Amino acid sequence: MLKFIAKRLLTLIPVLWGVVTVTFIVMYVVPGDPVRSIAGERYDEQTIEELRAELGLDKPLAVQYVDYLWKLARLDLGRSFVTRRPVIESIRERFPRTMLLAFSAMLIAVVFGISIGVLASSPRFPWLGNSLMTFSLVGVSIPVFWLGLLLIYLFSIKLSILPPSGYGGGSIQYLIMPAVTLSFASMATVARVTRASFLDTVGEDYVRTARSKGLGDIMIYGKHVLRNALIPVITIVGADFGSYLSGSVLTESIFGWPGLGRLVVQAILKRDFPVIRGAVIFMALLFVIVNLVVDISYGIADPRMRVGGNGE
Amino acid sequence: MSRGGATKRFIKRKAAVFGLVTFLVILAMTFAADLFLPAKDGEMNLSMSLRPPSIDHPFGTDTFGRDILYRILHGARISLSIGFLARTLSLVLGLGLGILSGYVGGKVDSVIMRLADITFAFPTLLLLIAITAVLTPGIVPLFVALGVVGWAAMARIVRGMVMSVKTKEFVQAARASGAGHFSLIFRHILPESISPVIVVYTLGLGMTIMAEASLSFLGLGIQAPTPSWGKMISTGIPFLRTAPWLTFFPGLFLTLTVCSLNLIGDGLRDAFDIRRD
Repeated sequence: MLKFIAKRLLTLIPVLWGVVTVTFIVMYVVPGDPVRSIAGERYDEQTIEELRAELGLDKPLAVQYVDYLWKLARLDLGRSFVTRRPVIESIRERFPRTMLLAFSAMLIAVVFGISIGVLASSPRFPWLGNSLMTFSLVGVSIPVFWLGLLLIYLFSIKLSILPPSGYGGGSIQYLIMPAVTLSFASMATVARVTRASFLDTVGEDYVRTARSKGLGDIMIYGKHVLRNALIPVITIVGADFGSYLSGSVLTESIFGWPGLGRLVVQAILKRDFPVIRGAVIFMALLFVIVNLVVDISYGIADPRMRVGGNGE
Repeated sequence: MSRGGATKRFIKRKAAVFGLVTFLVILAMTFAADLFLPAKDGEMNLSMSLRPPSIDHPFGTDTFGRDILYRILHGARISLSIGFLARTLSLVLGLGLGILSGYVGGKVDSVIMRLADITFAFPTLLLLIAITAVLTPGIVPLFVALGVVGWAAMARIVRGMVMSVKTKEFVQAARASGAGHFSLIFRHILPESISPVIVVYTLGLGMTIMAEASLSFLGLGIQAPTPSWGKMISTGIPFLRTAPWLTFFPGLFLTLTVCSLNLIGDGLRDAFDIRRD
């Protein structure tokens, strides 16, 4: 077990290095002059030179790269062009809010996704299965920003029962619409995977054995089927964490939720380069670590996974 | 497996056929837009600003008095072109690197696959945001960014196919009878890998169109005055209360397009009998 975890941790190093390096390449080595394309006509020549010096763009590339890695290792993500505030401070302030939103969305996706998937796999109501699966197909195809606007139109403008945007200290009436919006695509995926996995598991020998022992539906489904059918669902929820981070950029900007995603969007509008870069690196690293945790917990849940691993 | 059998299986799936028909209708409307919509619908006319849907303007007009349907269909041309161009770029990159990886193996394979791991380590939209934020906005940088980001999924599929086909008897036989690398890859290995590649291409097309709309929504994609679905939705937000048609119809077309492509992709996967993984 320890060997398995150690092996996984070792594979983390090249990926982390790769993520950091790709971000460096994308944001420093791109053709053209990033500072100019960012600053545009907004700033005079002197400011542009200062920005360039601050980003270290006047130094040779190799020096820039080492500098960049060294600063990252000390969690120094630079300062915002606009507010002059250290980027890491803004991230620290906003990160818990994004996590509140993401985990609420995840909870909704898991609870409703599994319920829908289980209902849709029931042989007793084939029409229900079909219509729930159609719903889940629409769920993965609907753009998250459009869905958010539809919900605002319905619940805030037409019915006036929920506030259209804002944080409200994280209270439930402010949280519910963004969380549902963000959960939607993942809920649909969870439903599909649950249904497929359920249908597979029901056909297994041990389920037939359980039935021949005279166990009732509740025991069979609750104890035998559900436990085994949910293993693939865990992976999906973990793998979808990236979609929560990506989705948070769009969802937070629509609902005015002051998290990391909105930080990115505001930075895009103001062309605030260090903030965009810092937030992207932070979220990518977070995604890598979450994937690792999911991978390890998956290995703990299902010992078979410890052997083959890594798709090799 | 025979192609004929696959077509039959595809047609049997109602959802897949529905997707195909919907997509073809959208495509036909896009191509025929100029036949049934007068060009003046696309011009600014402030006296016609923010009109609700009517017979003349079935989807209403925007703040500048331009017909929404006209802009949706012209936006569709751009969205679909960017989608196809980006997917084709991913296809070319993925085929090249996937074949290299699977056929050569060894060190080359592990380097390429680690690169794929790194690409997968980014949440896609965030990587696209990072790339497009530093580029001058425009259609070419946009489709190149979308295409490059999609290489890894394609390469993994191709690599897997090449590795499994490589060991099959008919390929071994061709090699034994003196076929060169080029002929082995293009005459024997690639034709066997075509079905999963088509499926990945189609499923990725929907996601690419969605990603383009998201970037345009955030102001990082297609810039005004060029019509784009994502941008139309974001410019409609301030008018959500007074003129909801500004956001409603472009989003509906985007959803229908992505949905129909996903249905086609799912149908193809089942028709070709490819295990989902």
